[in-house]
Amino acid sequence: MAIVFQKPHALTDAPFHYCPGCTHGICHRLVAEVLDELGVEGNAIGVAPVGCAVMAYDYFNCDMQEAAHGRAPAVATGIKRVHPDKVVFTYQGDGDLAAIGTAETVHSAARGENITIIFINNTIYGMTGGQMAPTTLPGQVTQTSPYGRDIKTQGNPIRVCEMLSTLDGPSYIARVALDSVPNIKKAKASIKKAFQNQIEGKGFSLVEVLSTCPTNWGLSPIEAIKRLQKDMLPYYPLGVYKDIDNENK
Amino acid sequence: MSEKVLMKGNEAIGEAAIRSGCRHFFGYPITPQTELSAYMAKKMPKIGGVFLQAESEVAAINMVYGAAGAGARAMTSSSSPGISLKSEGISYIAGADLPCVIVDIVRGGPGLGGIQPAQSDYFQVTKGGGHGDYHLIVFAPNSVQEIVSLTADAFNKSEEYRVPAMILGDGTLGQMMEPVDFDSVPEPKKADKSWATTGTGLKREHNIINSLYLSPEALEKTIIERQKRYDIIKEKEQRYEAHDIEDADIVVTAYGTTSRVVESAVKTLRSEGLKVGVIRPITLWPFPDKIFAEAAKTAKAFLSVEMSMGQMVEDVKIAVNGKAPVYFFGRTGGIIPTPQEIIEEVRKIAGGLK
Ligand SMILES: Cc1ncc(C[n+]2csc(CCOP(=O)(O)OP(=O)(O)O)c2C)c(N)n1
Ligand code: SF4
Ligand SMILES: [Mg+2]
Repeated sequence: MAIVFQKPHALTDAPFHYCPGCTHGICHRLVAEVLDELGVEGNAIGVAPVGCAVMAYDYFNCDMQEAAHGRAPAVATGIKRVHPDKVVFTYQGDGDLAAIGTAETVHSAARGENITIIFINNTIYGMTGGQMAPTTLPGQVTQTSPYGRDIKTQGNPIRVCEMLSTLDGPSYIARVALDSVPNIKKAKASIKKAFQNQIEGKGFSLVEVLSTCPTNWGLSPIEAIKRLQKDMLPYYPLGVYKDIDNENK
Repeated sequence: MSEKVLMKGNEAIGEAAIRSGCRHFFGYPITPQTELSAYMAKKMPKIGGVFLQAESEVAAINMVYGAAGAGARAMTSSSSPGISLKSEGISYIAGADLPCVIVDIVRGGPGLGGIQPAQSDYFQVTKGGGHGDYHLIVFAPNSVQEIVSLTADAFNKSEEYRVPAMILGDGTLGQMMEPVDFDSVPEPKKADKSWATTGTGLKREHNIINSLYLSPEALEKTIIERQKRYDIIKEKEQRYEAHDIEDADIVVTAYGTTSRVVESAVKTLRSEGLKVGVIRPITLWPFPDKIFAEAAKTAKAFLSVEMSMGQMVEDVKIAVNGKAPVYFFGRTGGIIPTPQEIIEEVRKIAGGLK
């Protein structure tokens, strides 16, 4: 009988600990499928964040390092400078990448560090129980913005792709979403491109993945997908923000 | 025998590190360690090594984490305020059992403090700094030549025990020029690094560099296992230099730059007929408590001289364990004690002894 669907080799057998309907699981799978398809699992070294994906080191079959909160791009830089021929990636949440780790993110991008960053934007601090993130939308209720994010006192969200695409360092910056089958397919294509760029030595690539956190949004998985579509897509437009392949044409 | 060259302490650290096989240096500018970064920036690109100026000390130490976890001999250097920032990363490095060498050319604190030599970070480097039950192996050279041999030892011991090591100096030591040779740097030892993340090649289970253990039992187990290594280090790696302690009434102790001032004071005191001996700790952690315990069998008093308000003196007291009074003299904020001040302090103590 022909096999039509199976677990990617780049994922271990450890069961995910993610909540039902959480898109972290989908994104792990996409990354693993890409590692499989590019044949680089044995050559890859991943860096897990502090956030709900902290245990990613147990899920990916490649060598892994667990970084301190926000420091994954610095850790990845250290790894890549030792093994320039290896495929080095980080997998980070929005609190990790765009708050505590902003400096590491911006400077690894500015250096054009030849690494791949998978960035999960779920507009919330998932792991710590749903506090306001740098990406929390104006008006969004969280544990630490209980009256809705008031931009006058709590500031404005950061659009990471837009910000990083102003730099000369990155080779590829794109925003994708995990809300529908077509978008998931596009997300995978973007993730693949971000890894391919590294393999081809083109430099820093980042894919921002609009994701859901049904648990801390207080929504069912289906309602969460709807919220992503209704509230997040208009604020965080999908698309490719930087691609040196197009610039060079 | 190789020729002696005239070198600054900070540069000698760099050259010794390179000769010890270090090819990855991650830094962030701060006075007074500047010459070390500058040396690495000049040398590394010429020998296929990496010098990277990070965006902060936080980033630099995390680059060290990544590089050390990937199997390299990695180094970073800073001075007090920068070491405070690195403390997060140092704790993670200790928790993940990664070997590396951290250089701390101490300056006066707290806060921005000053840029002159100080020893006011003894607590920070020997008692923690970052969070959790951990230690660094801390080497405190007092000459440029000793910087060379201890830098080599720092890499080797760090890998042997999988414990991060530190070279602790100050601006005087970093900037003083002395003739050195590099004969004391052995061929870099090949340590077993089968734990490093180098890519599985699909030939082995994946390696994980990590300090997270959500189960308290599992976490406690790793801490106890590490403590056993610390115990071996405390047993086997205590280093010091001592002289004239057999007949000493008063034992003066100091490390690093201060120990050189103490030596000149003690010379004068002995010429006056006072029975004064010296213990100079070379490792600050592990603290050389055995020699203090030994000296306490006969000495009538101890004096710890430091460029601080009294930090190492606490370890001296623990080691002497009530067998004799332990006095303290220190200058701080970037001021080096003078031989005369130390002489007067010792005379005062001697006057009080029956
Ligand atoms: C230095 C430090 N500060 C705070 C924390 C607590 N902490 C753990 S996860 C987290 C937020 C993670 O949120 P995000 O990066 O958005 O990831 P998510 O869980 O949403 O995937 C915080 C603040 C920590 N572990 N370390
Ligand atoms: S808390 Fe949110 S982000 Fe974390 S696993 Fe649950 S749903 Fe996913
Ligand atoms: Mg988040």
